[in-house]
Amino acid sequence: MSVTRTNPALTLGKYVALLAYLLFALFPLYWLVKIAITPDRLIFTEGTDLWPSTTTLDNFRTVIFQTDFMAFFGNSLYVSLGTAAVTTILAAGAGYAFSRFDFGGKKIIVAVMLITQMFPLLMIIAPIYKIVASLGMLNSLTSLIVVYTAFNIPFATFLMQSFFDAIPKDLEEAAMMDGCTRFQALRKVILPLTLPGLGATLGFVFTAAWSELLFALMLISDNESMTFPVGLLTFVSRFSVDWGQMMAAGSLALIPSCLFFIFIQRYLVQGLTSGAVKG
Amino acid sequence: MARMELKDLVKRYGAVEVLRDINLDIADGEFIVLVGPSGCGKSTLLRMIAGLEPITEGDFLIDGARMNDVSPRDRDIAMVFQSYALYPHMDVARNMGFSMEIRRDPVDEKKTRVAQAAETLGLTALTDRLPKALSGGQRQRVAMGRAIIRDPRAFLFDEPLSNLDAALRVEMRLEIARLHQRLGATMIYVTHDQVEALTLADRIVVLNGGDIQQVGSPLDLYERPANKFVAQFIGSPTMNVIPVTGGVEGVTLANGQWLGLPMRENTPFATELGIRPEHLDVVDPGPNVLTATADVVEHLGSDTNIYVNVDKVGPMMVRKHGNIPIATGDKLGLRVMTENAHLFAKGGAALPAPVRQAA
Repeated sequence: MSVTRTNPALTLGKYVALLAYLLFALFPLYWLVKIAITPDRLIFTEGTDLWPSTTTLDNFRTVIFQTDFMAFFGNSLYVSLGTAAVTTILAAGAGYAFSRFDFGGKKIIVAVMLITQMFPLLMIIAPIYKIVASLGMLNSLTSLIVVYTAFNIPFATFLMQSFFDAIPKDLEEAAMMDGCTRFQALRKVILPLTLPGLGATLGFVFTAAWSELLFALMLISDNESMTFPVGLLTFVSRFSVDWGQMMAAGSLALIPSCLFFIFIQRYLVQGLTSGAVKG
Repeated sequence: MARMELKDLVKRYGAVEVLRDINLDIADGEFIVLVGPSGCGKSTLLRMIAGLEPITEGDFLIDGARMNDVSPRDRDIAMVFQSYALYPHMDVARNMGFSMEIRRDPVDEKKTRVAQAAETLGLTALTDRLPKALSGGQRQRVAMGRAIIRDPRAFLFDEPLSNLDAALRVEMRLEIARLHQRLGATMIYVTHDQVEALTLADRIVVLNGGDIQQVGSPLDLYERPANKFVAQFIGSPTMNVIPVTGGVEGVTLANGQWLGLPMRENTPFATELGIRPEHLDVVDPGPNVLTATADVVEHLGSDTNIYVNVDKVGPMMVRKHGNIPIATGDKLGLRVMTENAHLFAKGGAALPAPVRQAA
C-alpha cells in the first residue's frame, strides 16, 4: 500500500462539500426536533429562530400519554418488521435462484418483475383497494404486509441477486467438494457471507414500509389499525395543525429507523468476502 | 484407492460440443496432467470428474462404480481451485477442518489432523488467521491443506499455481510432487503450463478443441509427438516447423536444399519438417548446411537462444547449451540433427519417428 499525498486544498474542499451536504440533509431533521421542543405559545412568535428561548418536553408527554400515538407506533413496527422479514426471506430465495440456477422462463420472470416497477402507485391504488376489500381484509395490518411485500419484492430480489452474484461460485463448489449438500453449502458458507446483503435489504424494506402513507391511508380507516404515517395526519384537524405534537411524534418515529440501522450497520460493512479468492 | 475410467465422455452446452469422445484409464496412484491451450476443455473435464459439471454422454467410473449421477460430496475426491476458494469467514484451522466438520468426525481427530496438515505445510503459526490476512502463497497452502486433511481417494488440481509468482510457483510445484510421493494418491492436475505438466506428470493428456490429441509420458510426448499440435505445444522453446516437399529418403526444403533422411520410408508424404531448437547445430556457413542470419541473441548464461532468419526458408530458433559467442547480424550455418527431425503429413499427423541407431 502506498501512501498517496493529497493536496490539502482538495481535502479541505472535500470536507466543505460534505459539510454542506450534511447541513442540507440534516437541517429538516433539526427543525423537526426544534419545533418539537418549542412551547406551543412560542411557535409562531419565534418561528424562524434557530433555537427557542425556552424548551419543553410537553409535546412529547402529550403525544405519548394522551394520544393514540403509541398504538400507531406499535402498528407501524409490526407492519414494517413483518414486511422486512417476509420480503427479505422471499427475496433472498429468489435472488439466490436467479444468481445460481438457469431455469426455463427466467428471463420472462425477470421482465415481469421489472414491469411491475414501472407503474406509478397511484394507478393501481383503486384495483388494490377492490381486491383487498373483496377479501375482507380492509383495516387489517396483514393486508398492508402483503401489499408492501408484493411491491418491495422485485427490487429486493435484484438487490439480493447482486449480493449473491458477488460471492464466487467456487466457494459453494469447494464446500460441495468438502462434503456439503447444496443446502449445507448455502447455510454454512454462502449465508454468512450474505449478511451484509440481508442487512441492506432488511434496512431498505423496513424504511420503505415504515414511511409508506398512500396504501396505509387507503386500506386503513380504523383508528386502531392506523400506522404511524396515517396517524400523523390526525394532528391536522379541520381548523388547526398541532405543529408541536406533530413534530414530537415525528421525532419519535425516527427512533426505530435509527435503532434499526445501528443494529444492521455492522452487517453493511463491505469487504466481508475479501480473501476468499485471489485478492 | 482410485482407478478411474473415462468412457466416451461427451460434454455439450446446448448445441456446442466442448468435449468429444474422451477415453482415458487412470491407474491408481497415477499423476495425470491435463494440458492444453485455454478453451480446450481441460477444466471442464476436471469438473466433470469432480461432479461439478454434469456428463452429457458416456460413463465415468471410479474403481468400477459408475459416478455419473453421484454428487460431488459422495465421490470422496478433494479439489484445489485456481482461485483457492477459501471460506473468508473461517480461520485457517476451520477452513482446513471444514470437510471433517461437515462429516461430523470426532473433534479430537479433526484437531490432530489439522495440526498435522498445518505442520506439513508450514502453517502452524497462522491457524487462527482469516484468509484475508494471508499472502497468496499461504492461501495456496491452506487450499492444499484443506484437500489433504481428510485423506480422499483422489485429488484434483485446477491450475493451482497460476496465481502465484514465478519463484513461489516452482516451490509449490515441488511441494505437490512431494505430496504425491508421500500420499501415493491418484492426482489429476489441470494446467496450461507445459513445464508443470512435464515435471509433475506420470502421464500427460494433451487436449485441443475438445479432443484428446495424445496421452503419454512426458518423454513420449517430447520425443514422439502424435501430431504437429502436440509437437509444438510440448517443449520449450517451441519446435520449429518448416514447409518441405517429400522425396525418397529425404525432403526438399523451401530453399531447394536436399535434406537426406536415410532409413525412413514415409518421406514422400511429408509436407512439414519439425526440428526442436536444441536439435540444430551451429556450424560455419558452407555447402550442405542452412545459411542463416542471427536476428536476436539471448544469452541466458546456461543457454544461448538464437533467433535466426534462414535464407529462403524463414525464421527459426536455435538453442545451444552454454555461452555461444554470436552477435546480432552474424552469418552462421545450421545443421539439422536429422535423427531428431520430425515429419508431418498434410493435416499435421506425425509420420513415424526416424529409426534409431543403436547407441
